Amino acid sequence: MKTTECDIVVVGVGGQGVILISNVIGKAALKAGLPVRGAETHGMAQRGGSVMNHIRLGCEFGPLVPAGSADIMLALEPAEALRYGHYLSRDGAALVNTYPVLPTTVTTGKSKYPPLDEILAPLRKICRTVKTLDATKLASTAGNPQTMNVVMLGVLSKYIPLREEILIESLGDSIKTKYLEVNRRAFELGKGEV
Amino acid sequence: MKEYLLGNAAIARGILEAGAGVVTGYPGTPASEIVESVVSFDQKCNLHVEWAVNEKTALEVAIGASWTGTRAVTVMKHVGLNVAADPFMTLAYTGVSGGLVVIVADDPFCHSSQNEQDTRRYAQFASVPCLDPADPQEAKDMCIYAFELSEELELPVLLRPTTRVSHARADVEVEEIKKRNSNPEFVKDPARWVMLPAHARPRHTELLKKQDAIKSALTDLPWNRLVLRGDVGVITSGIAGLYAEEAIKQLEADISILRIGTFPPPDGMCSEFLEHVTKVMVIEELEPVLEEYVERSARENNPDLKILGKRTGHIPREGELNPLIVRNAIAEMIGSPLEEVPALRDAEEILPPRPPALCPGCSHRATYYAMMQAFGKDAIFPSDIGCYTLAVRMGTIDTCLCMGASITVGSGIRFGGEERDICCSIGDSTFLHTGLPGLLNAAYNKARITVAILDNSTTAMTGHQPHPGTGFTVTGERTKAVSIESIARALGADSVETVDPYDVDATIEAFKRAKECPGLSVVIAKQSCVISALRAGVRRRPFVVNSENCNGCKKCVKFGCPAIEFDGETARINVLCTGCGVCAQICENNAIEVVVD
Repeated sequence: MKTTECDIVVVGVGGQGVILISNVIGKAALKAGLPVRGAETHGMAQRGGSVMNHIRLGCEFGPLVPAGSADIMLALEPAEALRYGHYLSRDGAALVNTYPVLPTTVTTGKSKYPPLDEILAPLRKICRTVKTLDATKLASTAGNPQTMNVVMLGVLSKYIPLREEILIESLGDSIKTKYLEVNRRAFELGKGEV
Repeated sequence: MKEYLLGNAAIARGILEAGAGVVTGYPGTPASEIVESVVSFDQKCNLHVEWAVNEKTALEVAIGASWTGTRAVTVMKHVGLNVAADPFMTLAYTGVSGGLVVIVADDPFCHSSQNEQDTRRYAQFASVPCLDPADPQEAKDMCIYAFELSEELELPVLLRPTTRVSHARADVEVEEIKKRNSNPEFVKDPARWVMLPAHARPRHTELLKKQDAIKSALTDLPWNRLVLRGDVGVITSGIAGLYAEEAIKQLEADISILRIGTFPPPDGMCSEFLEHVTKVMVIEELEPVLEEYVERSARENNPDLKILGKRTGHIPREGELNPLIVRNAIAEMIGSPLEEVPALRDAEEILPPRPPALCPGCSHRATYYAMMQAFGKDAIFPSDIGCYTLAVRMGTIDTCLCMGASITVGSGIRFGGEERDICCSIGDSTFLHTGLPGLLNAAYNKARITVAILDNSTTAMTGHQPHPGTGFTVTGERTKAVSIESIARALGADSVETVDPYDVDATIEAFKRAKECPGLSVVIAKQSCVISALRAGVRRRPFVVNSENCNGCKKCVKFGCPAIEFDGETARINVLCTGCGVCAQICENNAIEVVVD
């Protein structure tokens, strides 16, 4: 029996705004009258570590998405998409920003960062849909590369059972008014990619 | 009205809705946001909120407040209770007046901790009740109830969320924040508050007598839930209950379930459950606290009961549980097919690790570089808990045990007979937490060591909280800013120097002088945390590599700053550069320059 309506994992690098968009989605679910559960990784924002958040729409159980069950993975960084790829269900969709962030293990020469197709190939074997885009470039087009997470939110809006207006309203509640316009542009650009 | 709240914010709501008058704590993941949320929810500063110097201090302050009849709460992470254990144990004897809730956040899997101890053992040790929430709503409701229970029993009450409750989010019902009753008075009663042996003995007897009252108070609470179905069952503690409920629904299995949220567990409900089932699995994180209780209870109520759990190897004793582990454990018990546990496998080979690292421009990286230059690889580097522990890859972190241990362990390494140079490192907040006695001990008992105090004027790792060296309280009010340099001198160090770690040569020279000092030497590396500086509006010009002068020696790359990359031939500085200028000083070819526009 189903215990949740839609399980999402949001992955990326600390500082990319994973927690912000997880909260936007969660608050939107609340506005839509859905029970919602989420789990966060704290402390990595300044330290560039790997981050995974869970969001469970229409769920009243624990906050963790069981591995292999995520309906959607929203990946703000490609390597992180693969690192957490095993959370996706076979029928799931991976939405992946292709712009890489090099970890210190790479910049100091200890490890290599794999080429994009080597990251995407195994991901395509795990789940049904893999949608890729350079969200960082789109965010620059919107006017600020830091809105990359909101570009990805725009992409996500086409895949989840929450109305766009509620997501935008929730976004407005979560950011300063002076940034609202550039974020709305970022959202639209992301939405337009689907 | 519902709000989408972080578990810790929900607990903060509970504290305010219960009308607490004093809130104390020390930062520690996953508890820190509780105190910060109290501050942000209570804008009118109606209550006394403080970051105390350490957890023992925090608990003692809360105790004093409780003894005036004011509701008080103290907040810490699990290992913080070790620091506060001295007052905590005797507090159970003296008891409380105003309700006192001790909130201790456990961290199964040690997401951000040096161990994963189980706070329920402290409840057993001290003979006080403990509430174990499964989600943010329970955490809030239990917090409010904990004050009532504390006043009814005149005992402290433990509330122990875990990481997956404290850092979970859920839709939570919030109520009005109550104005607190204010008639504070410390009523003299030496037989209660003065724990001389003659007073302590009867208080112990009193505490033991209260155990029945504790059990009776916990009997009818909504967080102990009994659902009888088939003759196979699960008994769960805290969040494991939610994982089990989900598994039972998914498996569509006819399984009885007893969810426990209080310690001690309710005897009547448990015996009713144990008499109903023939086989049971106890599912809880960390220690087999509930499992041991079930075993003892079964001896009386159902000696033929088959009990599965940690002792039988069905549930792990270390790490955290998750929905898949619990589902498979239950499936195995009832003979249903198991779900394959998906894992990274091949992907792991091609993905570079992404551990958390010191920020671009972090002053600790500069300090440790200079320390290594002065002391060399062969020296010994005891260290401590903070952002700086992330420098382990620089070779300057040889030990990390618990708060404040670097100086004392360093002294012990010297007294044990080690002859090589010893340079301990400790952060400013950690030093003020429990480093002070260590430095005093090193001076008094004559330890020939160097102590580097990394003073970035904040408690960074846990979220940039203020401390007594910063001159600000948790509410942002100005207060005394103590001088770490004066403290080091007063505690008896033979030499104390303060340097700016962004000045590489000066810092290396200071460490060299400290190394030669025949006694106890202290070097204070003083430079604002780069994140604090950025937030305060400090902007430095970034640096750039002049690729003509760069010979590809990679000295700057090995320094390890995330802003420095190597493109195969020459080094390159990326957009993360904060302009600290340290790499430019390290470069031997004058190939790194400040950007001029």
